Amino acid sequence: MRVTVKLFATFRKGRFDMEVRIVPPGSTVSKIVKDAQLPESEIGILLVNGRHSDRTRELADGDTVAIFPLVGGG
Amino acid sequence: MYLLTHAQGDLFPWAAQVGAAERFQLRLGQIEEAALELGLMPARYQRNRQTLSVPDQLRLHRSRVVIVGAGGLGGYIVEELARLGTGTLVVVDPDTFEEHNLNRQILASPANLGVPKVDAAAERVGNVNPAVRVIPVRSSFSRSNGGDLLSGADAVVDALDTVTARMDLAHACRDLGIPMVHGAIAGWYGQMATQMPGEDISRHIYPSGKEQRGVETRLGNPSFTPAVVASLQVAEVCKILLGQGRCLNGRMLFLNLLDMEFLDMEFEEVPIVPGAAPGDPG
Repeated sequence: MRVTVKLFATFRKGRFDMEVRIVPPGSTVSKIVKDAQLPESEIGILLVNGRHSDRTRELADGDTVAIFPLVGGG
Repeated sequence: MYLLTHAQGDLFPWAAQVGAAERFQLRLGQIEEAALELGLMPARYQRNRQTLSVPDQLRLHRSRVVIVGAGGLGGYIVEELARLGTGTLVVVDPDTFEEHNLNRQILASPANLGVPKVDAAAERVGNVNPAVRVIPVRSSFSRSNGGDLLSGADAVVDALDTVTARMDLAHACRDLGIPMVHGAIAGWYGQMATQMPGEDISRHIYPSGKEQRGVETRLGNPSFTPAVVASLQVAEVCKILLGQGRCLNGRMLFLNLLDMEFLDMEFEEVPIVPGAAPGDPG
């Protein structure tokens, strides 16, 4: 199935802004994070189709996943 | 009578405010409140009009805001809330100024390296707007002192720098039913969100909740990012205190100043605490 992956902020460096990925049916958000080789400890907000989601969420064909780094400074 | 005779039209000049405080042995803030109650706008706020009316200004004067963290975000937040005319500011931070604060923290200067941040905040407000009362609290926010620190607050500002403390603050505000405005920064990036009574945004702003710090440990923070996010937070606080406009609850904002992208993201659902209505400013 096809999943659109959008990366934000620092995650774009050396990767991409937006890409369409082919992944096996039943893949979760976690697989997208691993495939993009994003550092686990830096993952902040995850969106699926513009709504807040988590790593265990199972994706459907045509979904869009957006991944943001953890921002915590003051 | 003194106030009315020293008014200039519907404005009350600063010199008259100082004169009245000396004559009646009252605090400048008490004179400010009396003038506002008479429908007089202290002249220092004249350019707040017509964004803020005299009744709005009186409401701000009677408001109490707790700012947790007096670093990059907190310094600007204190400055802006004081100039706005917020009556009481409780500023909470355990730290003193260090050299690496100088690139961005508005209260930091070479002269006050080693000075407690909350003391610098109180001194600054004393210079900028002495009618505002500052209560400096030189300690860390924690679950144990949260209830005391936040007691009586009309709004709370999250200007902290660790995820755990931010989560604790969000939970304390949720339990007390006090609106809270969250802001965080890292390099060119920032995020903010507002939690109204009856809501809990903690799992949305930090879904994992495991990591203590974010990418700011690598990126640092330049001068402009805290100023931008702090200003957005103060705008939210102003609306909360006045009950005006549309706040950023039920969604969050992610800022990317490098590409000038501002993303407004809705939460899937904001968990509701029984007994409180979402969006009710309390």
